[in-house]
Amino acid sequence: MELISLGVRSIFIENMVFAYFLGMCSYLAVSKKVSTAVGLGLAVIFVLTITVPANWLIKEFILREGALSWMGAGFATVDLTFLQFIMFIAIIAAMVQLVEMVIEKLSPALYGSLGIFLPLIAVNCAILGSSLFMVQKDLNLIESTVYGFSSGIGWFLAIIALAAIREKLKYSNVPDGLKGLGITMLITGLMGLAFMSFIGISI
Amino acid sequence: MATETLEQPVIKKDRSEGLLSKRRRRFVTDPLNDDNPITVQVLGICSALAITLKMEPTLVMSIAVLFVVVFSNLIISLFRNLIPNRVRIIVQLAVIASLVTLVNEVLKAYYYDMYKVLSVYVGLIITNCIIMGRLEAFAMGNKAWDSILDGFGSGFGYAWIILAVAFFRELFGFGSLFGFEVFKAIGIENFPNNGLMVTPIGAFMILGIIIWIQRTRSGYVEQ
Repeated sequence: MELISLGVRSIFIENMVFAYFLGMCSYLAVSKKVSTAVGLGLAVIFVLTITVPANWLIKEFILREGALSWMGAGFATVDLTFLQFIMFIAIIAAMVQLVEMVIEKLSPALYGSLGIFLPLIAVNCAILGSSLFMVQKDLNLIESTVYGFSSGIGWFLAIIALAAIREKLKYSNVPDGLKGLGITMLITGLMGLAFMSFIGISI
Repeated sequence: MATETLEQPVIKKDRSEGLLSKRRRRFVTDPLNDDNPITVQVLGICSALAITLKMEPTLVMSIAVLFVVVFSNLIISLFRNLIPNRVRIIVQLAVIASLVTLVNEVLKAYYYDMYKVLSVYVGLIITNCIIMGRLEAFAMGNKAWDSILDGFGSGFGYAWIILAVAFFRELFGFGSLFGFEVFKAIGIENFPNNGLMVTPIGAFMILGIIIWIQRTRSGYVEQ
């Protein structure tokens, strides 16, 4: 039950895009067509579900204060928390590379549709952000898997919704200076307003 | 510092060209307006919106980003001929992550309140696309001094936009600037604070409008 609550909360209330502004760069750049947005969204869900628990393991068994005690008593007081950023980004980059190779091997069709987006994902702030929030929220392994997956779903919903609106927007008469990024920011603001109505819901 | 001794030979080599020649001044001035990283190139939006609730954290954030972009540009451009092309993304990420760790530790040690306010967004400087973008597009192919200037240009271009967003959000959302209550000072006792500015929506709206004004002035139209 708590897991469902965590999931719903991270999809709607604490949405990556509308509440934390994470992953905005690719959100704005790849939302011109629904089909590409779906591809990127799926890739983000996939990578988030893998990297957040992977980073949890790194945090729990290597970085946390006293985490290295399994290596012997002498390591019991070692605190490597300051290496957090560099380790997390390395894990993310490595995972993305790994995922790319596995998909290429197992399902060339999926690779064809996701392939070009995977390298983009390594520098998507939603991925690193979720791992950092995972540390901040002090989740356990199962919770962090659920958190990673549902944050991905939230981001996926946001990008396909925006892409669908932008496809229709092509036929409207927008002032010159507002074309492209400007109007997209305003639309995102209005979408955020809609997502705000979920605040206060508890399951 | 070591960096000064490192950059000297590069400056000596092209003595024919002034340190701040016209061509080089453009590296700094272009990103401020016509080629702004946020409003024109659409980079670094994430952090631009997240920490602009008040002026003070925004200022700290801009200084942090300026520091990281200038020094990562310098380091990458010094090593540009040594970095194999295939692993350049990892190398760039490692350089950026080390610099961001430095910023994070300094904030934690000397400015703990601000460290708490900025929380995860300091770490997210790593994935700020402005920095990666400058390394890929500029530092990998240019000399050290030019790269430093380019870093300053992008850093300032980023800073003035987020400071502008924060100015309006703090002014209308809290009625203050840097914590100083402006409206009370000029004699308006009960200025109604705009709750929308405090929410993320305010940030999207303000940035959208700034982009509109800025692009109308520079005449840039996105196709």
